[in-house]
Amino acid sequence: MDEVRNLIIVGSGPAGYTAAVYAARANLKPLVIEGVTSGGALMTTTEVENFPGFPDGILGPELMDNMRKQAERFGAEFVTDDATGVDLAGPVKTVWINETAYRAHAVILSTGSAWRPLGVPGEQELLGHGVSSCATCDGFFFRGQRIVVVGGGDSAMEEATFLTKFAERVTIIHRRDEFRASKIMAERALSNPKIDVRWNAVVTEVVDGGGKVGGVKLRDTVTGEESVLDATGVFVAIGHDPRSELFRGQVPLDENGYVQVSAPGTSVGIDGVFAAGDLVDHVYRQAITAAGTGCAAALDAERYLAAREA
Amino acid sequence: MKAVTDTSFTSDVLQSDKPVLVDFWADWCQPCRKVQPLLEEIAKELGDQVEIVKLDIDANPEVTRAYQVMSVPTLTMFRAGRPVNQLVGARPKGDLLKLIESAL
Repeated sequence: MDEVRNLIIVGSGPAGYTAAVYAARANLKPLVIEGVTSGGALMTTTEVENFPGFPDGILGPELMDNMRKQAERFGAEFVTDDATGVDLAGPVKTVWINETAYRAHAVILSTGSAWRPLGVPGEQELLGHGVSSCATCDGFFFRGQRIVVVGGGDSAMEEATFLTKFAERVTIIHRRDEFRASKIMAERALSNPKIDVRWNAVVTEVVDGGGKVGGVKLRDTVTGEESVLDATGVFVAIGHDPRSELFRGQVPLDENGYVQVSAPGTSVGIDGVFAAGDLVDHVYRQAITAAGTGCAAALDAERYLAAREA
Repeated sequence: MKAVTDTSFTSDVLQSDKPVLVDFWADWCQPCRKVQPLLEEIAKELGDQVEIVKLDIDANPEVTRAYQVMSVPTLTMFRAGRPVNQLVGARPKGDLLKLIESAL
């Protein structure tokens, strides 16, 4: 493989696709290694109500498809698979997908964040058999059933509210006595007659009910009291972790694994390597902020490539 | 990709003389849309060694229930009439190949 491209974008979502739009319009012909879960976190959401420019809201997957098409229109190329290795040192960077190597003078990292599991017994064993990270993917299977949603942020509220379309009863389990979700999302969930909340409780085990979920074991964080709640579905929405494992040892990471950049710029401190989106941002984590840093990364990469040729 | 149904499942999958990968999917499932092109590529690469088929869970509740599918996509390898290995959720091509090869 002799071709050395201008720019490879590793990851998609609003950051990667926006970077691709800008880089493609600058005639850089970026290659986007968009990943199997391409489109990122928004692909599993329903309506996005706060992306500016869409007064009536837009479906997450539709917003991502639109951004992808926009980048494609200007000449971006896509590979729908996960990068398996990178070499970011030196003037020519390499990104591997198994045996296939792609090379470029500049790279933008935008692999986003991944669902954080509970890490309790039964969870991994019953993944896909009642344990789920994606209400819009799996809610359908729980028609008329009792399910729990674990978490207290916006995604937990959204999942719980969405799941009431199918479930008979949705119980939100939260380890504190108030949600950290935005007020509008929390109120929407709390006012839903099918939703109740178990405050100050953590899941200690997902109970196996014969090859599928039978319930959850709970511990009260105040009294220490243990109990079992019957449920056939467990939706886990306790947060996300940056998908930075692939870059560990090559780019600076903070103690939680987020890629560190020279904000407000997007350079990671290695010539020609930039990062954007939820991979970097543990503060705002919005589609629009990810798109914003994706744009910045493309402009930084464009400037770097122009200076290199000069 | 060939579609199998509640009616054709026995003859197309269980009685197949080749290992069969069944992609349990639904048209409202975004991750499913990402996996299908990868499966089509793999089908071309592996040729006769394996049959790769899809089953729409909305239209085929009997098979979906029988194999306790509770998430889409669920990718199950069948050999000699029995499920032998399974992946849940969209996975990279390398993982899909490993799943298939584990049952060849």
